[in-house]
This record gives sequence, C-alpha cells and structure tokens, in this order.
Amino acid sequence: MTAPQEPGSNPRRAFIAAAGAGVAGLGFTAIAPGLHLMAVGQADAAEVRKAGSAASPAVRWGLLIDAGKCAPGCTKCVDACHTENGVSEKLPDPRQNSQWIRKIELVDRRDGRKTELPMMCQHCANPPCVDVCPTGASMKRADGIVLVDRHTCIGCRYCMMACPYKARSFVHEELSDQKPDVPRGKGCVESCTLCVHRIDKGEKTTACAEACAQAGHGAIVFGDLNDPDSEISQRVREIQTTQLRADLKLGTGVRYHGI
Amino acid sequence: MKLLRILATLLFAAIAVSPAPTFAGEGGRTAKPVIEIANPGKCVAPVDEMRRNHMEMLKHQRDRTMRQGIRGEPASLNACIECHASKKTGSVLGSNENFCQSCHSYAAVKLDCWDCHQPKAGFKATGVKP
Repeated sequence: MTAPQEPGSNPRRAFIAAAGAGVAGLGFTAIAPGLHLMAVGQADAAEVRKAGSAASPAVRWGLLIDAGKCAPGCTKCVDACHTENGVSEKLPDPRQNSQWIRKIELVDRRDGRKTELPMMCQHCANPPCVDVCPTGASMKRADGIVLVDRHTCIGCRYCMMACPYKARSFVHEELSDQKPDVPRGKGCVESCTLCVHRIDKGEKTTACAEACAQAGHGAIVFGDLNDPDSEISQRVREIQTTQLRADLKLGTGVRYHGI
Repeated sequence: MKLLRILATLLFAAIAVSPAPTFAGEGGRTAKPVIEIANPGKCVAPVDEMRRNHMEMLKHQRDRTMRQGIRGEPASLNACIECHASKKTGSVLGSNENFCQSCHSYAAVKLDCWDCHQPKAGFKATGVKP
C-alpha cells in the first residue's frame, strides 16, 4: 500500500540523502576530486522554497484524511475551500456549480454504519486526466500537484471523463470578481489545486486542513510525503491508510484512514 | 505585359519607401489613444520595450509560474495591475482611458486575460458572481 515515492523504503536513497545532508545542504558530496555524488532526494524538501525558484521534485505534497475524525454534517472544509478560491457561483442548475471539494457519505449496507469523508482531486502520481488531455493543459507539477493550465484548456472535458474520482468541474458561465491569486473563467475545467498559491508563498497548510483543524476535528493533514519528519509522513507510517481505487495504480497523493 | 510588370514594380517600390501613414507628427490628423498611467516611471522595462514586448514577457512568465511554480517574477500580471490600475476606478479596464483597454481598443486587439484574471488592484473578493 506504499506509493512508489515513499521515503525510507529505499535504503540506498536514504544513504544518498544522508550523504547530501553531510555537506550542509549543498545537495551533493565529493566522492573523489572533481567527482560529485548528487543528492536526488529530500535534502531541502521541507524548507520553504526561495522566491523565484521552481517547484522541487524532491517534494511530494499530499493529504491524509482521517474519516473517523470527520464530523457528520460538517462542511467546514468545503466552505473554507470555496471561500479561499472564490468558488461560490449559484447557477440555476445546481449540477453546474463547481465543486473543488465535496462531502461524501459511505453507508455499509450490512449494518448501516455511516462514514463521512471529503473528496477532492487525489493528485495522482500517474494522473489519467493528464494522459487524455489533447492540448497538454492538464498537467502535473514537479512537486506532485495536478493542475489545469487554463491558458491552454479548450474545455473539451475529456479529463472529467477520465477521472475516476469525479474531481473536476467545468465552468459553465462567465464569472467576475475572481480572487487575484485564483483566476477562473468560463469554458475551462478546474479542480482542487492543493492551494498552490498558498504553498508557493511558503504557507504550510491548505484552506481545508486549516478549517478542519480550527473546527477542532483535525481530520485533514497536509504535508510533504517525501519528508520523513513531516507530520503526514509520521502519521502515514504509524496508521493504516488507503488510496482510493488503489487497484488503478494511480499513486494518489491523498490518503484515507478509517474507511 | 512587360511594361505593366515594370510599372507595378515601380509602384510597389514607391509604396515601400513612403512614410507609414499612421505615424502623424504633432498636430497630425491621426487619433492617438489616451492612456491614464497611474504610477509612471517605475516599470520593469523601458516604455518602448514594454509596448512592443509585454505580451511575450507575460506569456513566458505565465508558463513558468503555471508549470514550474516560479512566483514573484518582475513580469507579473498582478504586478501590472497594482501599478497601472486607474486611480478613479481602481481597474485597468472599464473605460477607454484605463490602462489596458485604452491601447487595446485603439489597436482592436482582443483582451482575453480578464476573462479569468481580476482587473482591479487590491481586490479582496468574497465570492464569484456568475
């Protein structure tokens, strides 16, 4: 049940990272004069990126959702996400409203036990939405965040068909009063961005995780799955977690516990 | 036939060397766009370069920001707005004197940026209206 990019699973990689850390964050070590061993690992993973630097493949952003702590009827994460990203249009046909995140109720038919959990883009390591996109608008960033480049999206909605999680929405009507950090517009597909505008500023959490923690539930943990010291990595090591539709081998960045 | 071809060549040469008709001097008959520049003189590049290349600068910046996550570059659409939004309306759009719209309506070049991006400076949105 471990993702391919799970840290610590490869002792050789851990050695390389330790060797890289030995030269004070330089990211490489000299094994002979003029010959350097590059650290392709998690050397600076947890540190805040400098302004003007690109997203690092050493980082793998993800979420851990504890369905046992998700309170029935609570929609704090949904409200916070949609406030953060300015998703609040109310169209005459409610099926056309965008959903970046939604609450799902699971019912065990044998005994009627109910579980609630939030669903959003699972930020797959091998995203089917990226595979099918005819223009290259659907894309995965180096740090594992799956995004839609609206500049090249033609609104064909093939990615919406391909996504097994129904994570994407289509903007049906012209919008105004968008957030400066979250441009959105008619004719494009959109989905959870893992609050990429926050992460790029160096903030440590997403709107949904923040709201859930503030409400006292703490059911959502955001963090770097590649950093062995991050809270999410420690929790994932300690408790049993599930990747939804793990049979599809998509390597999702969102893990669930208690489902 | 040959004479006609020579005449055509001469005519083409005459057109090619004549001054461009749109560049009328001071007091010329050609209308010029009226641009309200809220904060002049602090741009990321000289005016001539900005007028000719701003779309290329923004396009390359947008790809780096979108695909690689590089933020805080000088050529940033939000930075454009913060300086150039009209002091009256707070926006780069709205009237033909506002920064983006003035030249774009003059040159009849469609502005797509603002279908998705926020054209007002210091905008704190509470939600999106359809």
